[in-house]
Formats: sequence, C-alpha cells, structure tokens
Amino acid sequence: MKPILVQNLYKKFDQFFAVNDVSFEVESGEIFGLLGPNGAGKTTTIKILVTLLRPTKGKAFVAGYDVTKNPGMVRKNIGVVFQDTTLELDFTARENLEFHARLYGMSDEERKRRVDEVLSLVELSDDADKLVKNFSGGMKRRLEIARGLLHFPKVLFLDEPTLGLDARTRRKIWKYLKEFKGETTIMLTTHYIEEAERMCERVAIMHKGKIVAMDKPASLVKEFEGEVVVVKADNIDKLKNKLQVNFIERNGKIEAFVDNAEKFIAKLFEIARNEKISIEEISLKKSSLEDVYVRLTGGEV
Amino acid sequence: MSDLQAIYVLLMRDVKKFVRIKSRLIGSLGMPIFFLVFLSLGFRRAYIPSLPAEVNYSNFVVPGIVAMVLLFSSIFSGVSVVWDRQFGFLREIIVSPASRTAIVIGRTLGGAITAILQAFILLSLSYFIGFNFQISKLPIALFVMFLISLTFTSLGILFSVFMRDVHGFQIIMNFFVFPVFLISGSLFPISELPPIVKELALLNPLTYGVDALRWSTIGFTEVNPFLDFLAIFISCICFIMLAAYFFGKTEVE
Repeated sequence: MKPILVQNLYKKFDQFFAVNDVSFEVESGEIFGLLGPNGAGKTTTIKILVTLLRPTKGKAFVAGYDVTKNPGMVRKNIGVVFQDTTLELDFTARENLEFHARLYGMSDEERKRRVDEVLSLVELSDDADKLVKNFSGGMKRRLEIARGLLHFPKVLFLDEPTLGLDARTRRKIWKYLKEFKGETTIMLTTHYIEEAERMCERVAIMHKGKIVAMDKPASLVKEFEGEVVVVKADNIDKLKNKLQVNFIERNGKIEAFVDNAEKFIAKLFEIARNEKISIEEISLKKSSLEDVYVRLTGGEV
Repeated sequence: MSDLQAIYVLLMRDVKKFVRIKSRLIGSLGMPIFFLVFLSLGFRRAYIPSLPAEVNYSNFVVPGIVAMVLLFSSIFSGVSVVWDRQFGFLREIIVSPASRTAIVIGRTLGGAITAILQAFILLSLSYFIGFNFQISKLPIALFVMFLISLTFTSLGILFSVFMRDVHGFQIIMNFFVFPVFLISGSLFPISELPPIVKELALLNPLTYGVDALRWSTIGFTEVNPFLDFLAIFISCICFIMLAAYFFGKTEVE
C-alpha cells in the first residue's frame, strides 16, 4: 500500500471549495511537495491527511489507513511539523522531546537514547537544557523537525517547513531532512519554488484547490517547456490587450510564454507598428520551474 | 498506554508551568487577597441575619474566596484550550496517538491541579491572617476543591469547543463566571437572596461547592453536606463527559 493515497478529495468551507477534487499518490520513501500560492489549499490538504479536518467528499489513506475511518492508526504512523510552532516554550528542548517520546510509547531506555541522538542530529546538543522560549526561529524549527522524526514515523508531514527563515538556515533544514529521513516518506507544502526544486523528488502544483500539474521538478519544466520573451515597451497596457498568448507582468515588463519565440517576436513588431507602441527592450530566457509555476498559477507568488 | 502517557504529559506540563512561572502565580493571587482583606475589614461589623453569632464574616468569606480562585483559574484553564489548540502545544498532542478523551482528562486534571495549588496557597495565607479552620478536615476540603476545579475546568473546555476565537472569553467572564460567582453564596449567605434568586442559586453547582468547602473548614452549612457532595460530584462527571464528547467531535481549523 502506498504511504499516501488521495482520491477525489474535496473540502468545502461555507461556500467555497478549499480542496476541489484532488487526487495523488506518494511512493514509499519519496519526498513529495505541494507547491502553490497562499490560499491554494495546501494546508487544508495536509490537515485532512493528519486527521485534523474531515474531508467533505473523497478518500485519503495514510500509511494504509483511512483518515476518516481509522484516524487513530493514522496518527500512530505519522509525524507532523506545523506551520506555526507547537513547542511548549516554557520547557527545555530535551523536555519537549521527552514528552513527545512518551506520547508515542517509547520505553525509558529507547527514549533516552533517541532523544540524545536526534538532538545531536540537528546540532542542538549544547542547547538541550535551555528553555525553548530563548531559541531563535531556526533553532525552534530544527527542534520541531527532530521531534517529528523522533518516533520513526512512516510519513512525515511538514507545512511550510522553512517559512520565515533566512537562506542559510533554510539550506540547513533541507540538509537535515534529507540526511535523517531514513525510510520515512516526506510530504511538505511550500510556496518557495527553490525549496520544491531542491528538496522534492516530485512536486504537485496546486492552484485554487486543484492540482494543475504534477511531476518531477525537471520534468515539469520540460513538459511546460517553451520560451519566455521579456518585453519592455512604452505603452504596456495597450500591448497587453493585443497579445494572444499567456503572459505575466513583472517589474514593468511583460513576460510572455510562447512555443516559438521567432514567430512571436515578428508578430510583436507587427502589433507595435500598427498600434504605434515603441518597444524599448526585448530579451529571451529559458523557462524555469518558477516560470511554469507562475504560468500555471496566474502570477500570484 | 499512550493515553496514560498523554494524561501524564498534560498534567506535568501544567505542574511545571506553575512552578516555573512565578509572575503568573503572584498575579493570580493578587485579586483574591485584596477581596479577602478588604471584604473582611469592610463587613467586620455588619449584621447578617442568616449568619449565626459564632460565625464572623471573615471566617465566612474565606471559603468563598477560595472557591472564587478555583472557579476563575479552572474556567481560564479550560477556555485556554481555544488558543492552545489553534496555536499551541495542544496541537502536537492532538495529532499524536492519544485519544480525545485522554486529552480532555489530562487537560482537566492539569487545570484542576493548578487551581488547587493556587487555592491552597490562599488558604494557607488566610490561616496566618486569622482564619481558623479545622485542620483535621483539610483532606475533605482538598477533595471538595478538587471536585470544584474539575467541574469548572471541564466546563471551560466545553465552552472552548464552541468558541471560534479568543473574543468570546470576555463574554464568558462577564455573563457567566461573574454571575455564577456572585450567586454561589461565596460573599453572602444565599438565604439573604429573594426566593426566586435563591432558586437560581440552587441550580448553580458552585453553590454546593462553596457550601461543602465551608462545612469542611468552619463547620457552617446552609444546604446539606450530603446534598453538596452529591450535586458537585454529579455536575463534575456530567461536564467531563460532555467536554470529552464535544471535544472529540470538533475539527481544528
């Protein structure tokens, strides 16, 4: 059985569907990412998978158990790192980990050994007996990741694991996760493209409650391959109305996603001549995962 | 197994926080001490018809103020589940294998322990300012305190289930906690109330808690010790069961 299996999942809040017919599966040991802008439905999807929300319709299985019919067994087999910290700030790092180990029924001996082990894995051994409220954001995150992996979960869920962290700390977190995950399957949500590209073996791009694309990061780029023509002109608004291709506006320039740049540029000059728009700059670039993402989610980063 | 561990973890969390955060303890004892001192001073010569001559007002009011501490502290512990569940450590426990019932029990016991420790400190302080209670009956008094705090912590958790955010807390304080406190016989005998209001007081679980506490400390009772224990015990069980049931059904948004 796949560690995560989601079939036609829906979640309705009042009048709108936060998750709208989502299906995907994750392979054993894989790092799978849900990429999407804020409000795309990533966190709602994770909350359903970790049994905090009930789906309106559809099925979801985690570690082989149905999240609605057997939430207890699902909880036994998962680790969760939430977007906002759920550490007890008035406790030390060690106390937080020891309480966690107890909750998952570890024996005294195993608990002591494993707590020391994960503390050194995330390089917090020297701060083990300090109160967590004095920790920096990055230290708290590291501790939460250590806690999430403490009980050897089959699946680890991370909701925006590096939100608000600086680039160096972010890289460290990726390193820890990759090095220490072992057999654990990881599913994370993120709105950082770099994170999806570097961390995830497979990525699903989510937009307005739906998955709009899903593949390996490199394959996604290939699949949606095309060229990006960047244009700067004196009357962008007028030009925008005349274009018949997918584009976004960024930094006062138009970035148009096209299959054939030569033909598009010829067309562009024709439009410019007819409409009396003067083109100031024009350049070409290869599409990246970011372009794919921007194109599929309509430019809301 | 993990249920017992969850109860232990939640209980120890409250005990450790109680010991570690001194400012919270001092803050929580300020108001009841002022109540105690100034009510005792202000009413020391007042004539209250339903109080027998041998019971002076200071001795009468101490169990009432102890009950007040239990009520306020317990309700607060219970209602704080709202933000603990949204932003706090409780989330970590909600996704663990521990059952919802174990979480409610652990949280209730933790809140009750905190409340009792505060109330016990107040009771000890009052001993030094002249409150003479029957020390031999202290275990009974502690048991009553335990029942009162379990009742109101679980009631607080029950409120938290139906609260969307922290703003509801003010409404609960002003429209529930204060009336419950004022008509419980904490500050004056319920016999002084007009008949209709007295009927209301007799529907209030805290009335029985206060009466049992007063009976076990100074031997004065307005209701009936047996009825007191029965009423407070039943409400305790009911609220814990309701809290466990409704807490188990809620989603975390």
